[in-house]
Amino acid sequence: MHIVVCIKQVPDSAQIRVHPVTNTIMRQGVPTIINPYDLFSLEEALRLRDQFGGKVTVITMGPKMAIEALKKCISYGADEAILLTDKVFAGSDTLATSFALASTIAKINEGEKVDMVFCGKQTIDGDTAQVGPGIARRLGMQQLTYVAEVEKVDLDKGEVVVHRRSEGGVQVLSTKLPCLVTMLEGSNEMRYGTMDDLFRAARYEVAEWDHKAAGITAPNQCGLKGSPTVVKKVFAPPPKAVKAQMVATEGKSAREVADSLLDSLFAKHSKLETEIGQ
Amino acid sequence: MSAEDNDQEQSTPVASAPRRADGADLSVYHGVWVFIELERGKVHPVSWELLGEGRKLATHLGVPVSGVVLGPDAPETLAACDGAFEYGADSVYLMKDTVLADYRTDPYTAGLTDLVQTFKPEIMLLGATTLGRDLAGALATTLATGLTADCTELRIDDETRSLAATRPTFGGSLLCTIHTLEYRPQMATVRPRVMAMPERVEGKRGQVIEHGCRVAETDIITKILSFIPDSDAEKAQLAYADIVVAGGRGLGKPENFKLVQDLAAVLGGDYGGSRPVTHAGWIAADRQIGQTGKTIRPKLYIAAGISGAIQHRVGVEGADVIIAINNDPNAPIFDFATFGVVGDALQILPALTEALRERLAARKAAQ
Repeated sequence: MHIVVCIKQVPDSAQIRVHPVTNTIMRQGVPTIINPYDLFSLEEALRLRDQFGGKVTVITMGPKMAIEALKKCISYGADEAILLTDKVFAGSDTLATSFALASTIAKINEGEKVDMVFCGKQTIDGDTAQVGPGIARRLGMQQLTYVAEVEKVDLDKGEVVVHRRSEGGVQVLSTKLPCLVTMLEGSNEMRYGTMDDLFRAARYEVAEWDHKAAGITAPNQCGLKGSPTVVKKVFAPPPKAVKAQMVATEGKSAREVADSLLDSLFAKHSKLETEIGQ
Repeated sequence: MSAEDNDQEQSTPVASAPRRADGADLSVYHGVWVFIELERGKVHPVSWELLGEGRKLATHLGVPVSGVVLGPDAPETLAACDGAFEYGADSVYLMKDTVLADYRTDPYTAGLTDLVQTFKPEIMLLGATTLGRDLAGALATTLATGLTADCTELRIDDETRSLAATRPTFGGSLLCTIHTLEYRPQMATVRPRVMAMPERVEGKRGQVIEHGCRVAETDIITKILSFIPDSDAEKAQLAYADIVVAGGRGLGKPENFKLVQDLAAVLGGDYGGSRPVTHAGWIAADRQIGQTGKTIRPKLYIAAGISGAIQHRVGVEGADVIIAINNDPNAPIFDFATFGVVGDALQILPALTEALRERLAARKAAQ
C-alpha cells in the first residue's frame, strides 16, 4: 500500500507577534512546527502501512527550511520525503497550492501507484481546510474530510470504510481507492519514533523537486499567477475604544467582589437578571 | 432595505464588473447566492445568518439575493425554500433528487457546479461548517475560482465591484482583506454566529427556479452505510447558548474546571474553554471557543483565567456583555471585556456561584 501524506511547516502560532508599527508578522526567532493537524493524518497513514505493508511518502511545498519538518516525519517512521520547492510557487493561494501538490502526487503515482492521500484537516496558520478537497478534485479521488476513524481498508476489493464527523453525528461512509482523507484531531496519538528511525532521519537526504520535476508544464497555474485570490490588506485588529469597567477588589473578600460585580452587571443590564437561571 | 443602505447606494455608485485581461466578461455574473445547508431535514441556522449578510451585499450592488437549496424530493426541502424567502431571499434556486438526500461531496459539488455555471452568480456564500467547508473547497476547485474561508466581515469594494472578504489569519494575530478580482463567482465561507441573525418575515414568498439534477446514483462512488447521531447529553449547543462561562489555563489544573461548570449550571448556561485547555484535554474538543473552535454570541460571557489572546477574542467579540476574571491586570482580555475583575478565578468563581444561587433562591421565594 502506497500512501502520500501532505504536510505543512507552520510558525508556532502561540509565539507569533505582530510588529506594532509595520503590522507585519515577526517571523524572526519564531520556532516552526509541523502543522499539528497533519500529525493525526501522518499517524493514521503509518498505522495503515504497518498493517498492510508498503510505504508512506511525505510531501510538502515550501522553502528549503521545510526539510527540517520532513526529516521529523522520517523520524516518526515515514519512508520517504519530497520537498516541492521552486520560486514559481511563491505567493500560492489554496487553489494554486492544490494544483502544485496534486501535480506532484500525480507524478509520484507514475512511478509507484498511490492508493491513499492524507492531508491535515486544516493548517493553524491559514485555517482554510481548502487544500485537501482541492487536491482530491484535481486528482479525481474520493474526498473524505473530518474522518474520526478509518474502520476498514480492503486492498483486494479497493474499498475503504470511514467514520466522518458531520453536524450532529457521524456518517459511516464506504468508498473506493484511491481516496483522500483528512483526519480529525484527537483521532489517534502520534507515536514516538524508534531509535532506527531517528538515526535514519538524521542521515536522510530529502529529495527536492522543482516544478519541472513535479511534471508541471503550466507554471502560470502556480504561485501568484495561478492564484485567483488577491490579498489587498493586512492589518492588526483595531483596539476596542472602551476599556472594561473594573470591579474594585482591594481589601475585599471573594464574596464581596462577586456581589459588587453582580450589582454593577444587573444595574446596567437589568434584563439579564431575569434571564439567568432559566 | 434600510434607509442607511439606501443612502450608501445613492452616494457611492458601484462600478460595473471589470473585464479580465484575457477578455472574459465578468459582468454576465449577476446576483448574490447563499447556499442553504439542509442536512437530515434541518437547515443550519448559519444559512439564515448568511442570507442577512447576502442581503446587505446585494442591496449595495443593486442585485437580487438568492438561496440555493439542494436536497431530496421531500417536504423538508420545500420548507427550506420557504425559510430562505422568510429570511430575505428574493428567489430560490432549487435542485431536488434522491441522490441529494444526504450530503456527499460528489453529487453536491456536481449539482452546485451545474447551477453556478447555468445561472452565473457573482458572489457565492456558504457556512463554514463541516459540510460547507467540504463543499466549498471542492466547488471552488471545480469552478477554478477564488475562495476565502472563515470571513468575519464582507463588504463590496466600490472601485472594483468586488467582494472584500476580511478574515483572521495566523491564528487570529492579523486580519487580512482578500479579493477575487478576475474570477467569478467570488466565494466565501463564514462561520456560524459570526453574522447576526436577520429578522424573519413569516409567510414571505418568492420565485422558485427549479433546475433538474443530472447526477445519477450509479455515478456516485461514495455510499452512506449509516448515520450515528450524537447523544444529546454530550452535544454542546455552545454556539447558540445565551449564557456561556469559559475557563482557561489560569485555572491551573483540570479538576478546577468544575468551578466553571458549576457557575454555568447555576446561570442556566453552557460552558467552554480556551484552546490550551481543550488541547490539553481538560474538556471536550468541541467546547473550544475561539478562532479554531466555536464562535459564540451569547448575551453574557464570563471568561475565567483566560488571557484573551486575539485568537480567543475573535470567537467571543459578538457577546453582548463580557465579564473577565484574571489575576494579571495586564491581560489583553481586559481590553475588550465589559466588566473586569483582577483576582484569583479559583476564589471568584465559587463566590459568584454562591451569590447567584442565593439571589435566585430569593427571587423564587419572592414570587
